[in-house]
Amino acid sequence: MSSANLAVEVKGLVKSYTGKKTGKKVAVDGIDLSVKSGEIFALLGPNGAGKTTTVEILEGYRDRDSGQVSVLGQDPNNLGIHGSAWRNRIGIVLQSTKDSEDLSVKEVVHHFAKYYQNPKDPDLVIADVGLSEKMNARVNTLSGGQRRRLDVALGIIGRPEILFLDEPTTGFDPEARRAFWELILKLKAEGVTILLTTHYLDEAEALADRVAVINNGKIIEVSTPQTLGGRNNAKALVSWFENGKKTSIQTDNPTDEVKKLTARFTGEIPELSVTRPTLEEIYISLIGETHE
Amino acid sequence: MSNGVLKIGIQRGALEIKQFTRQRESVVFTMLFPVMLLFIFGSVFKDTLAPGVTFSQYFISGMIASGLVNTGFQQLAIMIPIERDFGTLKRLRGTPISPVSYFMGKAILVFTAMLVQVGALLLFGVLFFNLHLPSTSEKWFRFFWLVLLGSICSTVLGIAFSCVPKSGRGASAVVSPIVIVLQFFSGVFFVFSTLPKWMQEFAAFFPLKWLTQGMRSVFLPDSFAVKEVAASWEVSRILIALLIWLVVGTALALKTFRWPDR
Repeated sequence: MSSANLAVEVKGLVKSYTGKKTGKKVAVDGIDLSVKSGEIFALLGPNGAGKTTTVEILEGYRDRDSGQVSVLGQDPNNLGIHGSAWRNRIGIVLQSTKDSEDLSVKEVVHHFAKYYQNPKDPDLVIADVGLSEKMNARVNTLSGGQRRRLDVALGIIGRPEILFLDEPTTGFDPEARRAFWELILKLKAEGVTILLTTHYLDEAEALADRVAVINNGKIIEVSTPQTLGGRNNAKALVSWFENGKKTSIQTDNPTDEVKKLTARFTGEIPELSVTRPTLEEIYISLIGETHE
Repeated sequence: MSNGVLKIGIQRGALEIKQFTRQRESVVFTMLFPVMLLFIFGSVFKDTLAPGVTFSQYFISGMIASGLVNTGFQQLAIMIPIERDFGTLKRLRGTPISPVSYFMGKAILVFTAMLVQVGALLLFGVLFFNLHLPSTSEKWFRFFWLVLLGSICSTVLGIAFSCVPKSGRGASAVVSPIVIVLQFFSGVFFVFSTLPKWMQEFAAFFPLKWLTQGMRSVFLPDSFAVKEVAASWEVSRILIALLIWLVVGTALALKTFRWPDR
């Protein structure tokens, strides 16, 4: 893969913080990442895994201790005079903010559009994020989910080539999350590269082309959601009730096992079930392996 | 590009003013508080300091000078830490906007708030406290540069000081006492020449003392100049002191201002 079609390229990224009481803490401990242009890439991990630190380095908010970083062909920590032009091409949706409380949705989006060289139509963006009805509402009257959609509107108003979303749906109700996912997939269809962090597995599964599982500042695995942790090749668990107790067997060929059971039992096999590991089980086992 | 910086700066100014007028507390604090103080002090202290000079006239001169400090230094040193806490600065940092445009917006806000406050004080002073507007074009000119230099000094020092409060919540508690102490030391609430020597000398390090003295030279008759500590208005020293603070303040603002923590 040539680096020409990579939107983000990270090699050996390290960042540590020095706290007064806690001493030195390594937040990001040697991360390699590459995000292809036009894909949705999810950084999945528990709180404190290093997701936000990584993304904020990519967004140009933080410096790093070592490693190479390239976002749209630029080093975010060494932009010099290219800063404004580079920021014109990226969109950022931060974790919760409380700014612009006294302005209306329309005023905020129209104002931010002026910062960019080739912005989208503000009213269309407001409609896209589903805030048309709240157009003239003050920002401080919006619900958490609406507020978040406004954040997304501000992230995409400049027609970004890459959009960073940091835990975009934390605190959403299920319906709002579905609507939000549709919006993200629509942006992908427009060709926007999207890098999102999340600690929701279903979100990564619904949206991401590829997922990187991160914990304790290290990438544990990068793959598609369907193949994460060897999920597609994982053994199935066949279980049933026999001789007064629950019995189960792990197998690559569950159909054969069920056939054997059918031969052994006359009629219904008691409490028969065939399951494969859920993404959540895979994830827990991946995260668990690196704990302690 | 620089054209864009200017244009966005003006648009930020308009946005800042819009936000400001929608915050009832800030409007009341900026507009009514100084006028209220004027009524309290003007009604309590009715002494005559010299022929043709009442305490309320002396006090208004000081309050107009304080207005420059309130709307610039105090307002910004409290507002910027709050914006840092609320994520305003972080969000702006992620867009192509130049920091220069952000500061222009703040300067436009300060200047507008200051015009309104000074206008209100002048109006109430003339209507209720027998304040005499400057009689000569020379005094009007001096008034103009005092306001201009004073507000710019106040703005850059406010930006510089905004890095001192650790959080938006605590900012007011850090900034307001400094302003109030300076007001006492600089001859706003008391006649400056009656203050202890060490207070006068301390105040002379800061711009407010020079601004109050300058405003007195504009609003009080020239015959009162002999009652000043130096027995003169010291107009050229006022100009020099403000210019020094302008340079120091700008350097400090450039050096200390930070976008969100890296």
